[in-house]
Amino acid sequence: MPELLSVKNLKIEATSYPPGEPPKVVTLVEGVSFDLQKGKVLGLIGESGAGKSTIGLSALAYGRGGCRIIGGEVLLNGRDILKLDRSGINTVRGAQVCYVAQSAAAAFNPAHKLGDQVIEASLRHGLMSRDEAKQRALYLFRVLGLPNPETFGDRYPHQVSGGQLQRAMTAMALCPNPELIVFDEPTTALDVTTQIDVLAAIKHAIEETHTAALYITHDLAVVAQISDDIMVLRHGKTVEYGTTKQVIEAPKEDYTRALVSVRQAKRDEAADQSGALLKIEHVHAGYANGFKVLHDVSMHLPKGQTLAIVGESGSGKSTLARVITGLLPPSEGRITFDGKELPKALKGRTNDELRRIQMIYQMADTAMNPRQTVRDIIGRPLSFYFGMHGARKTERVKELLDQIEMGPRFLDRYPAELSGGQKQRVAIARALAARPELILCDEPTSALDPLVAEGILNLLLRLQEETAVSYVFITHDIAIVRAIADSVAVMHRGRLVRFGPKSKVLSPPFDDYTDLLLKSVPEMEIGWLEKVLRTRRMESAGN
Amino acid sequence: MMESGPMTGPVLTDGTAGEPPRSADLSGVPAKPNPTGEIGGTFWRRFVFRRPLAALILQRLGLSVGLLFAVSLMIFGGIEALPGDFATTYLGQSATPQAVENIRKDLGLDRPWSERYLNWLGGAVKGDFGTSWASKNSVSEQIGKRLGNSLFLAFFAALISVPLAVGLGMLAVQFRNRMPDKIINVISLAAISLPEFFIGYLLIMFFAVQWGVATFPATVYDSMSFTERLSAIALPVATLVLVVLAHMMRMTRAAILNVMSSAYVETAELKGLGTFRIIARHAAPNAVAPVINVIALNLAYLVVGVVVVEVVFVYPGMGQYMVDAVTVRDMPVVQACGLIFAAFYIFLNMAADILAILANPRLRHPR
Repeated sequence: MPELLSVKNLKIEATSYPPGEPPKVVTLVEGVSFDLQKGKVLGLIGESGAGKSTIGLSALAYGRGGCRIIGGEVLLNGRDILKLDRSGINTVRGAQVCYVAQSAAAAFNPAHKLGDQVIEASLRHGLMSRDEAKQRALYLFRVLGLPNPETFGDRYPHQVSGGQLQRAMTAMALCPNPELIVFDEPTTALDVTTQIDVLAAIKHAIEETHTAALYITHDLAVVAQISDDIMVLRHGKTVEYGTTKQVIEAPKEDYTRALVSVRQAKRDEAADQSGALLKIEHVHAGYANGFKVLHDVSMHLPKGQTLAIVGESGSGKSTLARVITGLLPPSEGRITFDGKELPKALKGRTNDELRRIQMIYQMADTAMNPRQTVRDIIGRPLSFYFGMHGARKTERVKELLDQIEMGPRFLDRYPAELSGGQKQRVAIARALAARPELILCDEPTSALDPLVAEGILNLLLRLQEETAVSYVFITHDIAIVRAIADSVAVMHRGRLVRFGPKSKVLSPPFDDYTDLLLKSVPEMEIGWLEKVLRTRRMESAGN
Repeated sequence: MMESGPMTGPVLTDGTAGEPPRSADLSGVPAKPNPTGEIGGTFWRRFVFRRPLAALILQRLGLSVGLLFAVSLMIFGGIEALPGDFATTYLGQSATPQAVENIRKDLGLDRPWSERYLNWLGGAVKGDFGTSWASKNSVSEQIGKRLGNSLFLAFFAALISVPLAVGLGMLAVQFRNRMPDKIINVISLAAISLPEFFIGYLLIMFFAVQWGVATFPATVYDSMSFTERLSAIALPVATLVLVVLAHMMRMTRAAILNVMSSAYVETAELKGLGTFRIIARHAAPNAVAPVINVIALNLAYLVVGVVVVEVVFVYPGMGQYMVDAVTVRDMPVVQACGLIFAAFYIFLNMAADILAILANPRLRHPR
């Protein structure tokens, strides 16, 4: 069988402009080769910076943000598309090869109706008439399980949910009947419960239309469900390339093995959960414009332990963190810290009360002043809470840097000079500098690659053992909850669904929502998706 | 957000939890009306939730009217605070205290300022700006003619400059960092840097004096036909176009370039669309709001800021009228001109605001 896509010895470069240095040329991808046959799916997997998106886009002869494809061949049906001129490549893009972006919310034009955008490529390439294209879009909306397929195309991007947009993006890619689709992390930005729907819809649509696909993701468990072959990438080079079965079940390389077996962090649940450092009682909260976000939420956290709050986006978990810090005063209910009721609003709290509760954010980038060095960032709480200056302050910053396993050579670096994991570590050090008793962690690892996230979790666990700090850990990732929590609170639409010790919350009998949540987490097992979908169908048939 | 795909499992819900508003840029007006209730309060608040677009527009209208009143107060107060007065200027050498007192009495200047303000405002609302102290004619009548002339000039300047600026801006984006873009940039920079009177004199020198293809001065009379008027204003219009063109063009270019780096333009590019279609269909609609604002600012300038050009070309417009009135301290005329200029400024900016709101699909099509 002839190859549909054959990539040979690809080399991609980009020019980077580090601050205060002459521009330098960086090699992003080197010596990558693979073949893809008609109707097959190849998974490209690796951490951020591994070059997977860059490789995916090379199938459209496109270099994002100054990337240049400088070597190798990309043969589509035997023709090297890298040699085509601008108008030649435009007959390939959107007709033979289509692209599904990670964030459909950003990739759809807010000014036009979804339907018009979905059929645009088919029309502009003269592949079908307007009526035919509309018929095809309708068919695809149905296949992808979008609600009210007849009228779905009349809506604007902001009028539908994130999961629906991601499916609409897939419909847009499938509409011109392409031979190949590049999926660039299509489910990464979605909640687990939504991810499984979109994943199933994509898989179904690919099978239905016999389209080949490059599926890019950092989640091995996801790619195991959908691809025939897997290529593991790291630093722009191929680590391992084989069938899905071989890579998942018998990985040859150490790096692949590490990816397959991440999430080693483990904390046994504390036996005694009776005390309460933090106690939240019947809290209601909402925003000034009348939206009520939290409804009667109560939970507590003993000293030195970890309370994990799980839920999908919109469940109110971050709002709860804002209520605890005092940024958003609750409309009803009370919060007790170490036996004393906390003033509701930030303004009413004393410096010491502020010091005892610190916070770590999901995006370490945006939570740090880009114009301050690590020394200033970590030093700020030292002078603010303890009045430290000069050599004493520097000593303490160095100590903290040691604690987060980074060392004094980072003292005068700016955030832009740190990796994602290092930034999050500095954020942790900044929180630690205040010697807090409670740290609120708002999805601190969800923007990080699995191996880096693993390192952060281990660090947090170690710090907990050393300093007996308590954590409120907000996450949507059940695996993290299993790894580090003592007690768990499941939230859904602003209400507490389930609360208690981890062993109890995460074992049956379940309520419906927790059951759905747990079953939606992808497992590193081939055929897991089909199995879940089968049980769901049986359950709904049983109803 | 409820997923209603085929595989949606059981969910625990009672449907009352709202989500935080998505458009944080529109203070106080949620992008999504909340149908489940919890919105009580006044009629206005309910209205805001049910018809966010209409509410926003009404809000802008109300603000504009309020602003206009504030401006009228400031104009009146400012003129009140000016040193010197009409009577002394008018009488010149023969300004005996008694004569000054008489004139002040005649003009009603002896009454308290609040009373005079209310009188003036009451008249202005009805379109009556009183009589000129200098010529004893009705201010409204005189201004009517002058305003017509000013608008005539501004209209043709706008008619040429706005499409030209937007078109050139799009062209500059299409040829970004290549020759056409650079040429457009250099010329527009030059035009923006030269003072308008200088451009005016240059045009007069070449077109009127050396080549004799244009008329100068650009004075228009009642007896002139439409085509005669057009040929009379050719040079001032050209000057104004050159002055406002660069600003609008550069903003159009910047706004579209900003949008060009967004993910949906990449999507369009990966659909294999041509550059011009990407700019016109995918980038331009999203660059409308900032461009409209700049256009409104420049249109306002065409009406309000043309004093210099009118003087250079001896064109009988509002600007010249106001300058003349200031020199003789003819306060009713100055006040009227000030208020009309302010009204134009506020109206055009309000129109830009409302158009920008209407251009936002999130507001035009609430969820």
